[in-house]
Amino acid sequence: MALRTEELLLNMGPQHPSTHGVLRLVVTLDGENIVDIQPDIGYLHSSVEKMMEYRTYLQNVALTDRGMDYLTALANEEGYLLAVEKLGGIEVPPRATWLRTIMLEFQRISSHLVWLGTWGIDLGATTVFLYCFRERERILDLFEQATGGRLHHVYFRPGGVYEDLPAGWTDRALEFCDEFPSHIQEYDDLLTGNPIFLARTQGVGILPRDVAIDMGASGPVARASGIPFDVRKAFPYEAYGQVEFDVPVLTDGDCYARYMVRMEEMRQSTRIIQQAIEHLPAGEIRSKVQVTVKLPRGETYARTESPRGDLGVYLVSTGDDMPYRVKIRAPSFSNLFALIEMMRGWKVADVIAILGSVDIVLSDVDR
Amino acid sequence: MSTGTPPPHPVPSTILPLEKAVDVLDQLPGGGLILTKIEYMLNWGRAASLWPLTFGLACCAIEMMAAFAGRFDLDRIGVIPRATPRQADLMIVAGRCSIKMAPIVRRLWEQMPEPKYVLSMGSCATCGGPFYYDNYSILKGIDQVVPVDVYVPGCPPRPEALIEGILKLQDKIKVEPFLRRPIAAKA
Repeated sequence: MALRTEELLLNMGPQHPSTHGVLRLVVTLDGENIVDIQPDIGYLHSSVEKMMEYRTYLQNVALTDRGMDYLTALANEEGYLLAVEKLGGIEVPPRATWLRTIMLEFQRISSHLVWLGTWGIDLGATTVFLYCFRERERILDLFEQATGGRLHHVYFRPGGVYEDLPAGWTDRALEFCDEFPSHIQEYDDLLTGNPIFLARTQGVGILPRDVAIDMGASGPVARASGIPFDVRKAFPYEAYGQVEFDVPVLTDGDCYARYMVRMEEMRQSTRIIQQAIEHLPAGEIRSKVQVTVKLPRGETYARTESPRGDLGVYLVSTGDDMPYRVKIRAPSFSNLFALIEMMRGWKVADVIAILGSVDIVLSDVDR
Repeated sequence: MSTGTPPPHPVPSTILPLEKAVDVLDQLPGGGLILTKIEYMLNWGRAASLWPLTFGLACCAIEMMAAFAGRFDLDRIGVIPRATPRQADLMIVAGRCSIKMAPIVRRLWEQMPEPKYVLSMGSCATCGGPFYYDNYSILKGIDQVVPVDVYVPGCPPRPEALIEGILKLQDKIKVEPFLRRPIAAKA
């Protein structure tokens, strides 16, 4: 007599220490193997797109920090302000574009450090978390000295940035950039050659190139699957056209490739910051823009490379001092649904490793 | 006719006579007797080992993680994160709570064993914060769902502010009538 078997529905989240926020995953299991996985989102829906329609263009900057991806506040401001400046034809002085570039790359490093630390905890390597947050605190110190905020900066304004750098800031930033590659080496020593880490990541959660394109994956997830696309190279904004950096691309598409891509991105960000500080011109930091700036009637789409991928903002204006409609194309949202393809066929224990390697932020998914 | 074993030999008391106890205590560092209320001692122990639930909702959770990490190090005041509500006695509501999430927060609170405390971290958990106006999805304050003991303002509060909030909660626990309170749940 055959043993009766049936599929098991496993509910993971929304409160789970490894879902990086309030994600609920409904996993269909056949024994230990994942048959299907269905993300249930919306637990952090903040209706931020609707709120933006009732606030002026300047007030919305503060809202993009909080309502969108909260780990990369400056990247959100950049995406939104690029759209505003494009539609309004607002000039940004050269010093401000270089300042923005520096800040965006620091934001990329700090975001990747949070990802690495929390993923380390998920995989049982708690030490990495403490190391990553040690360096991240130094970046937050730099942010605090320049912008006044640790997490939510509201530093970019229509037509420039809020304030110039304080005295000695560039020296401290350069000092950090000189030291940082040796810290990346420390993370490498802890993880890259670790046999437990390799066993849990190498060859796990493969996202093939064509599937990645179909699902609209972007950022490090797409680049680990062999798609050599980076908005900073393809459609340069701010000062990215004037600095030298490489875009790491790997073809394996597994968790380990995504890890290696992000590690290399941190090294490249350090390079960009060093060049930007070297080239930092003197002059104005903000062009003359009214506080209640009114944009002409029309619509526009601006795209930037946030640490999680391709962040797009679609903006419609009716000539008022508030936007008529803002649509945010969130990178985490597309990457989350590429997750379904990655997880099919793997064991239930790999859910954590694969989910962590995609690096989603639920605030970005739900908005 | 019973053949049971004889009653056991009475065990000599292990409690020392008072004069000898004083001798032993004098050998302790600092020496001397400690006389206190049981309630005070229990509260002292409870306040120094608050175990929060690792439960992050939004941005404030990142600052909460920073508070657990090296520089601020909440471990040194006895705050060790727990992954399950069954082992936790403090719930740090870190971040905005949507209306879809509210029943789950309530259920997590109900799953925690008594005595339990709630710390509302940040403006969003306290009153809705920047999501108060023109918003259809965010709960205007977590105290509509669970009883809150300490509010920490800020958007997001710095890790120092969170530590201050936890110290305030410890002060509150230390003067609680723990043994004299009614058994029934608070809310």
